[in-house]
Amino acid sequence: MADNVKPRVRVPRSAAAGEAFEIKTLISHTMESGARKDGDGNIIPRSIINEFICDFNGENVITAKLEGAISTNPYIQFEASIEESGTFTFTWNDDDGSVYTDSKDIAVG
Amino acid sequence: MQFTRRDTLVMGAGAAIATFMPLQAFADLVEDETDTFADGGAVSDGGVEVTAPEIAENGNTVPISVSAPGAVSILVLASGNPQPRVIEFGFGPRAGSSSASTRCRLAGTQNIIALAKMADGSVMRGTAAVKVTIGGCGG
Repeated sequence: MADNVKPRVRVPRSAAAGEAFEIKTLISHTMESGARKDGDGNIIPRSIINEFICDFNGENVITAKLEGAISTNPYIQFEASIEESGTFTFTWNDDDGSVYTDSKDIAVG
Repeated sequence: MQFTRRDTLVMGAGAAIATFMPLQAFADLVEDETDTFADGGAVSDGGVEVTAPEIAENGNTVPISVSAPGAVSILVLASGNPQPRVIEFGFGPRAGSSSASTRCRLAGTQNIIALAKMADGSVMRGTAAVKVTIGGCGG
């Protein structure tokens, strides 16, 4: 399921130093849980994004280990707090080995 | 065919066992996950806020938020799912707060359990009950 995967991230353009602000991420993915069966009763194999990582200028903000219980098009919202301008990098790791990335710049002040 | 009083009782008991057995089995899974996360240590209640809708019409996308000030990681478990693990958050040095939100699948009416590991290694627990109208496991 490496096709049609589109990450979407919302980060404010600027933030005050040391103040927490919200980041919202969404990525289109079927997140096949491995618990469903097809019409013939065969189990549909699991195919999910199993890990999400957000870093800022090389320092970690949040990591998340996703399981089959996460909904289609996994949405993750969290808070970050930064002291200087820089770049957020977002990484999603798929079960099939694919890696999806996105990045967003932010200015302090 | 006529049902005697005894038949009815036996059937009733069977139905009750059939209803509660899987839930019991899942409860053990939750305990296993809790022990693994807490490294066999004690888990105290409180200190973790779990926000979830009281009634979720669609079990396929249930919005949940967890928040535990001072936590370094939070594990979210769904007590009534065949696989209780939902998501595990780890908070890095740039995290603005030890809180996060996501959307999960719930198989049926059950409790959401959030376990938070604090910086000193202690583990706190918070729960929220969610009624699910249509389950999200596609069974």
